Amino acid sequence: MVTLKINGKAHTADVPPDMPLLWVLRDVVGLTGTKFGCGAALCGACTVHLDGQPVRSCVMPVAAVAGKNITTIEAIGNTPSGRKIQQAWLDLEVVQCGYCQSGQIMSAAALLASHPHPTDADIDAGMAGNICRCGTYSRIRAAIKHAAGG
Amino acid sequence: MGRVSRREFLIAGAAAGGGLLLGFRTGERAPALAAAATPPAFAPNAFIRIGTDGRVTMIIGQVEMGQGMYTSMPMLLAEELEVGLDQVVVEHAPPDDKLYGNPLFGFQATGGSTSVKGLYGPLRRAGATARTMLIAAAAKRWVVDPASCRAERGAVIHTASGRRSTYGALAAAAAEMPVPEHVALKRPEDFKLIGTPAKRLDTPAKVNGTAQFGIDVRLPGMKIATVAASPVLGGKVAGLDEGKAKAIKGVRQIVRLDDAVAVVADHMWAAKQGLAALAVRWDDGPNAHLSTGDVVKGLEAAAQTPGVVARKDGDAAAAMAGAAKKIEAVYEAPFLAHATMEPPNCTVHVQKGSCEVWTGSQVLSRVRATAAEVTGLPLEKVVVHNHLLGGGFGRRLEVDYVTQAVRIATHVEGPVKVVWTREEDVQHDVYRPYYYDRIAAGVDARGRPIAWTHRLVGISILARWLPPAFTNGIDIDAVDGAVQLVYAIPAIRVEYVRHEEPVLKTGFWRGVGVTHNIFVVESFIDELAAAAKQDPVAYRRALLSKSPRARAVLELAVKAAGWGQPLPAGRGRGVALLYSGWDTYVAQVADVEVSPSGDVRVHRIVCAVDCGTVVNPDIVKAQIEGGVIFGISGALYGEVTLKNGRVEQSNFNNYRVLRMNEAPAIEVHLVRNNEAPGGIGEPGTAVTAPALANAVFAATGKRIRKLPLKPDQLRSS
Ligand code: FES
Ligand code: FES
Repeated sequence: MVTLKINGKAHTADVPPDMPLLWVLRDVVGLTGTKFGCGAALCGACTVHLDGQPVRSCVMPVAAVAGKNITTIEAIGNTPSGRKIQQAWLDLEVVQCGYCQSGQIMSAAALLASHPHPTDADIDAGMAGNICRCGTYSRIRAAIKHAAGG
Repeated sequence: MGRVSRREFLIAGAAAGGGLLLGFRTGERAPALAAAATPPAFAPNAFIRIGTDGRVTMIIGQVEMGQGMYTSMPMLLAEELEVGLDQVVVEHAPPDDKLYGNPLFGFQATGGSTSVKGLYGPLRRAGATARTMLIAAAAKRWVVDPASCRAERGAVIHTASGRRSTYGALAAAAAEMPVPEHVALKRPEDFKLIGTPAKRLDTPAKVNGTAQFGIDVRLPGMKIATVAASPVLGGKVAGLDEGKAKAIKGVRQIVRLDDAVAVVADHMWAAKQGLAALAVRWDDGPNAHLSTGDVVKGLEAAAQTPGVVARKDGDAAAAMAGAAKKIEAVYEAPFLAHATMEPPNCTVHVQKGSCEVWTGSQVLSRVRATAAEVTGLPLEKVVVHNHLLGGGFGRRLEVDYVTQAVRIATHVEGPVKVVWTREEDVQHDVYRPYYYDRIAAGVDARGRPIAWTHRLVGISILARWLPPAFTNGIDIDAVDGAVQLVYAIPAIRVEYVRHEEPVLKTGFWRGVGVTHNIFVVESFIDELAAAAKQDPVAYRRALLSKSPRARAVLELAVKAAGWGQPLPAGRGRGVALLYSGWDTYVAQVADVEVSPSGDVRVHRIVCAVDCGTVVNPDIVKAQIEGGVIFGISGALYGEVTLKNGRVEQSNFNNYRVLRMNEAPAIEVHLVRNNEAPGGIGEPGTAVTAPALANAVFAATGKRIRKLPLKPDQLRSS
């Protein structure tokens, strides 16, 4: 039994300690906004925040996150940087199929929180772990800058 | 359902609970595929539902996979209906070929960049018909001439008196009006929506985690399964270790099919662990020893035999014989995986006498048909719920993953969601086929082509996927882009050799035929320019006298890209031009850098696009941008290889795709005109590989005729 603090709410789950957080969120807690893309920390679709830091939930054992503040896409709009990023995504029409975008937004929100005025190199470093198969990269870059400016 | 207008095939009636329901069937067909389609019935093809509360619902038969369908389709309806997009709610349509058949395929399919092209007229006519009936209802109520009324933002207004009635108040009466035989469509200069960068309707739910993809389905009592199919096509399960898997907490059931094994569990983690613990042993079957080299040998041999003639202008053999010089080349394009971000998945609940399916598919009616076939149930007992697609790119034009999920579900009590791991996806995709092309040109003393022969060899996707479209030995998709060659060459012969290599399943992949043909044609034109010691743009320009639209996009792209301006050492610019059955013209200039170790870095891509009438310029630009990135991934990294019958790649570490830090700046310039709309989902991908290969040639002097553009072919140190 683990107790998790997800988006400010406590959840208990009867799951093995080595179970990745991704599957606890999606299949046990029922928060499906966090996506499965590779299961191997290669694509970033499963990105969530752990005490404000972006992590790949597909390789994060649930035992390692007990007691920490977990934030998912469903609640990122409650943070200042998350709200700005979501709005910038809408303003610049970043999204295509949308499947990668939960992860993109989580990575971008963390980037903006730590780098209020990110350079291109900061954006490369902060976002290179998030694959978008629809190819929305140039709009993501522009939207992060837009969010930083507004 | 009420009366039918014979001319327009529109059908109108009262909606449940009052209100107006309007459907239509699409009667327009592309000549190429028309013969393949079944004759249309008097059945509606898409619906507008106007409730007495004024709510306008649009039920869209085309699926949303990122290409903006749930915005551009409603824009066409809303433009003529005179409602704002903000007043519209979009609903997924259920599967029904008669109701929602794609006019260009003859059944319900979203793909091939056909949606706007095929539905531009029909959807506008449907909107205009509903508007005409609503105006007629208002005019009757007010006893005035309908011509003295106008429609605006979901209401009818009598201009002289200022009387106004909302669509909701008129909907029930409108349903009683005769369906007009002719409706006046708006003039392009009066468009309020078409041609504007209207905001996408699907975006808000995709930035806050609420959008529901197939993989997000959750049902009471649902189990989760993951699956391993035979790693070699044609192989069978030989043995497994059930006990170890069942000992894992959360594992509920092992489902053993002849060619695959699934572990059904409480959650994906248990299912994955259970599958690993099974340590499945396989009987690899007849393909056990095949490798990519065997496939290429087969294609090479087939390329020695003449093919079916797909285009013939003049006498190419005679012109070739009389040429000052003959230039020849062989081009190859590898197997490619789609790797949609949302891995294949499908949720199924089989019960006695019924089957329910939840998935994202580009071919809903085929989902329904395969579920009926596997379960032995009649079609009407199969219910399919469509979802947003986490990428399509042609992958979801196949129903292999649905068939498999239904087979598994027939052994499971209650609903089961079958989710493929990324490894399963990369190794069991329906791949873009391997292509092998022999191309030659005869040039005159000045280096201009006077003869052109192109023999392309590969499997026929259409012969399997849409057999009636495979006629006289020609796969019109496989030769697309090769037969439309825009250059003025007096003698042209394009041949197609169908050669099946059943070692991997193969299918559509974002612009499949065109994507490979444009790589060959545009690389080879570049070779001819280089042999003639001419600038690649000037060389093409001189051959475009008969194609003003192609020439215009070329001029626009080279101007915007600063063609001819100096670049640092190691850098080069390449150009490519595209025209095909999509009816869209694209020119691209790529600016690349090749490092001494042979790595290609793409700095900048400039595209000029003429796709005729533009419904939403921002969506067009997004599709070109995304298509370019997809094309770069394919051209630089894309390659699926076989060893001992097994796919050697497995995940994004060894099936690489482009990332943010590698992505170039992309500029898209649109030519605006009122020509018929062309497709835009695939051209950006198709034009990219040749532009990159030509840029690599400009940078290094190395001509790469076999994709991908790998460092070992380009290393200089
Ligand atoms: S699913 Fe976690 S990084 Fe891809
Ligand atoms: S928007 Fe489709 S994968 Fe990124």
